Amino acid sequence: MAKPNMSLKKNPMPTQEPLVRARNFDEVALGYTEEMAIDEALRCLNCKNMPCVAGCPVNIHIPAFIERIKEGDFEGAYEIIHKTSGLPAVCGRVCPQETQCEAKCVRGIKGEPVGIGRLERFVADYHNAHSDNVPKTAPKNGHKVAIVGSGPSGLTCASDLALLGYEVTVFEALHTAGGVLVYGIPEFRLPKAIVQKEVDNLKAMGVEIMTNMIIGKTLTVDELFGMGFEAVFIGSGAGLPNFMGIPGESLKGVYSANEFLTRSNLMKAYRDDPNTPIMKGGRVAVVGGGNVAMDAARTALRLGAEKVYIVYRRSMDELPARREEVEHAEEEGIEFRLLCNPVEILGYENPEDKRDPKNGFVSGMKCIRMELGEPDERGRRRPIAVEGSEFVLDVDTVIMSIGTSPNPLIKATTAGLEVNRHGGIIVEEATGKTTKDGVYAGGDAVTGAATVISAMGAGKVAAKAIDDYLKSK
Amino acid sequence: MYRIVTKKVLNPTVTLMEIEAPFVAAKAQPGQFIILRVDEEGERIPLTVAGYDRERGTVKIIFQIVGATTMALNAKEQGEFITDFAGPLGVPTELEGLSKVLIVGGGVGCAIALPIAEALAAQGAEVTSVIGFRNKDLLILEDEFRAASKELFVMTDDGSYGRQGNVCVPINEMLSAGQTFDRVITIGPLIMMKFVTLATKPYGIPCTVSMNPIMIDGTGMCGGCRLTLVQDGKRVTKFACVDGPDFNGYEVDFDEAMSRGAMYRDFEHHKYEEACNLFKKEVK
Repeated sequence: MAKPNMSLKKNPMPTQEPLVRARNFDEVALGYTEEMAIDEALRCLNCKNMPCVAGCPVNIHIPAFIERIKEGDFEGAYEIIHKTSGLPAVCGRVCPQETQCEAKCVRGIKGEPVGIGRLERFVADYHNAHSDNVPKTAPKNGHKVAIVGSGPSGLTCASDLALLGYEVTVFEALHTAGGVLVYGIPEFRLPKAIVQKEVDNLKAMGVEIMTNMIIGKTLTVDELFGMGFEAVFIGSGAGLPNFMGIPGESLKGVYSANEFLTRSNLMKAYRDDPNTPIMKGGRVAVVGGGNVAMDAARTALRLGAEKVYIVYRRSMDELPARREEVEHAEEEGIEFRLLCNPVEILGYENPEDKRDPKNGFVSGMKCIRMELGEPDERGRRRPIAVEGSEFVLDVDTVIMSIGTSPNPLIKATTAGLEVNRHGGIIVEEATGKTTKDGVYAGGDAVTGAATVISAMGAGKVAAKAIDDYLKSK
Repeated sequence: MYRIVTKKVLNPTVTLMEIEAPFVAAKAQPGQFIILRVDEEGERIPLTVAGYDRERGTVKIIFQIVGATTMALNAKEQGEFITDFAGPLGVPTELEGLSKVLIVGGGVGCAIALPIAEALAAQGAEVTSVIGFRNKDLLILEDEFRAASKELFVMTDDGSYGRQGNVCVPINEMLSAGQTFDRVITIGPLIMMKFVTLATKPYGIPCTVSMNPIMIDGTGMCGGCRLTLVQDGKRVTKFACVDGPDFNGYEVDFDEAMSRGAMYRDFEHHKYEEACNLFKKEVK
């Protein structure tokens, strides 16, 4: 065994040059080589009490898979990860490891933690490139489970139940499986081929995926039970976008981040001659400071924008996006207008010519400067407008990225399924059990907009609970 | 894949198709819509349900060839397949308790108005229909409307068939002569629906309009189909895909909806020309 690597720094992730990648949709991070992976693995001290495992929402046996990497046994490492995580190639890319496993890493006390996320990604990519093995499932047990939604929570729940021998059918409302991994997260952060590979794996395990099925409309949850499904997992994801309620939000050129990203990602409007249109180029303001805002801003840049602003009403310290995404965005030339809040979106209107084609398009965004006041109930300092500090940002596209509210379709057609005042489905946290017998839920449909890995964790918890429930029936 | 069971040309720009989609056919109701994609690279477009046959498992759509996608759809023949057909979406038109209704359809909007007229007739309501077209060549569904209506007015802009004038002409005549209705339901171009609401408002008759904004997912996710209602003086954002497509016509900000509907006009025109050229080449 090689000696431990006591470097205080992670092996840096090779990436495309910022100014090159800012104009293409290829993946930003290129991934470790085998040498880099082994070198990074050697930074792991293989601690006995494994604090990193407790930091992982799906409790991957992190030191164990890293040990295998040290030995050069990359397939062995994959097998260990896959025991608890159905989507390693996805998680290695989009998990906020810095607040989860890596936040607990002992090496992080002095220096940088082990690059656990980068190693996970390396192992998953190695497996995808070298192996066609389909995970072994238990013999079919004859019990049918329906999964609503094929995003991270649904795919995880489906995978775990299929491994246990259940006959699983996933109902997806859109024409492609993958949920937010396909319509929301851009190609340059998560290539669609990787999601497709995970979906194909599930199919190879015997999971049936039915697209164009809008549960709550095409079929109701009660009808699923009528069709012989004995349990239902709802992972229908986040719903309609929020808007600020300021004047001008219906002008042409104002998008929700959901719409902008869906046009580009799902409908491939980023291509040269797309069938679905999107506004390309120009000057863009993205309102909000989450990961979705970063994705929208960086997508706008790649679509050819000459200038992209992130407009956020608090300061960098409160900005909720992952640090890595913020750094990438800054390197690519996105300008952060912090402590700044929109008050009105201005539209072009030609008083001489009512038929001027530019009429009704965005011509600017009026903002007001903010300062931070006393902390609110969540401990975040409340932004307060500075009177008289309004100014106009010269933009022609505005993308609102200030959160979503849960989709109302399932709630409206499912008697006995209760939701909280925000519209999120009420569940028992330890099991994902809803107020309706045999119905479980997880992911954004429960929590509101959160992370891929927390949705996966919820899918995993629910799969176990569904197994217990059906065994006890 | 979804099979095209029937294809029928209603006029040079309007085509009827019946699509085999048993799950949608089992649930569809008047006023709801579907989302389709013609092929793997196609855009998603919403079309309102023009009829359904629960036993045969088919859904009827009637569409006007206005852009690249509808042109590609129209190029498909009976027995061929389209890639995606999802629904039924939106809230069905509220018909319960109505006994005397004025239906106003404009152009291809008549295709959506017809199942509503038929459902009302089937529940014993007295239906008066006004259908309007630019000219005689574009007339559709006259016989079907006649069968469902106690009285039918056919209007053309140029007078080449029926009466000359827009749909508001007979509406104004009827209402000013003292005729009353429980409700007016209107479906057609935005500008027509706007003028219908202006004509009926002085008489205090509830007026339902069917909105057809730009949509992408159609399932309550993207927010592209938003429109503004003015309720008690306040501007309220609604989403046509889950809150509609039917709305109280007196609350809708039509001018905004018309402006938003034209957002991609240049793009659409360019794609349409491109598609036209492609089809011309294929014909050669």
